[in-house]
Amino acid sequence: MDKSIKILIVDDFATMRKVIRNLLKQSGYENIVEAEDGVNALKVLQSQKIDFVVSDWNMPNMSGLELLKAVRADEELKALPFLMVTAEALQENVVAAVKAGVSNYIVKPFTSETLDEKIKKIMEKI
Amino acid sequence: MNVKFINPFLEGTTSVLNTMAFVSPRAGKPYLKKDSMAVGDISGIIGLTGAARGSLALSFSKGCILKIVSSMLGEEITEINGDIKDAVGELTNMVSGVARKKLEADGLNVTAAIPTVVAGSNHSIVHVLGGPSIIIPFELDEGPFVVDICLTDGT
Repeated sequence: MDKSIKILIVDDFATMRKVIRNLLKQSGYENIVEAEDGVNALKVLQSQKIDFVVSDWNMPNMSGLELLKAVRADEELKALPFLMVTAEALQENVVAAVKAGVSNYIVKPFTSETLDEKIKKIMEKI
Repeated sequence: MNVKFINPFLEGTTSVLNTMAFVSPRAGKPYLKKDSMAVGDISGIIGLTGAARGSLALSFSKGCILKIVSSMLGEEITEINGDIKDAVGELTNMVSGVARKKLEADGLNVTAAIPTVVAGSNHSIVHVLGGPSIIIPFELDEGPFVVDICLTDGT
């Protein structure tokens, strides 16, 4: 799999963005950009070509679910692979994310191997 | 407090720290705490509602949290700074998430609020229910931390 894909990490916690960046680097992904919430993520997505989004669920201004809905509603972005990161593995949340068109989701805590596996599975389907 | 609430938080804490910080804390014997004084130097607190109602706190000694966050970020941190405060909030959130998933498997749906973080020696942990709380003590080579739970059956 091409590990040079450009990945956007969206999380309001700078520490968590660093953690996810480290986990991605451990799996060989180096082309990474960051946004602190859904609003900033949309700006990034509209200004540069992103191949993959890894987004937190709970964020101020625009949540991960709202960002996902905005991406799927945008003609240019609607096919973008979107991995939701959440501490909420509750059934109703999973259903809401699937209904909104999430590519897959990953529940915190997770290892670099699990993250890499999720990314590969999503990219294989494209 | 119902003892059925203890194991999900104990297991959640071990699982989160193993996976995210690559450390294996040693759990001690739980005990009852009657005052609001925090055991550690920095604490994350999160409110819970639903089938269980109350709050959960994680309270870390300085040496312990510096080790945990340094491992998480892959860089050495020597002082309690913004990264540490962020990480304590996120760890509290994750422990709550894992524990709530385990409670959900037992038919108990619990919702969490946004965590808050308090730092400084001799700070207080004010539980939603007022207390007393159950302390689960943990130990790393670099110092102790505790999981401080004050929960009751929801209505």
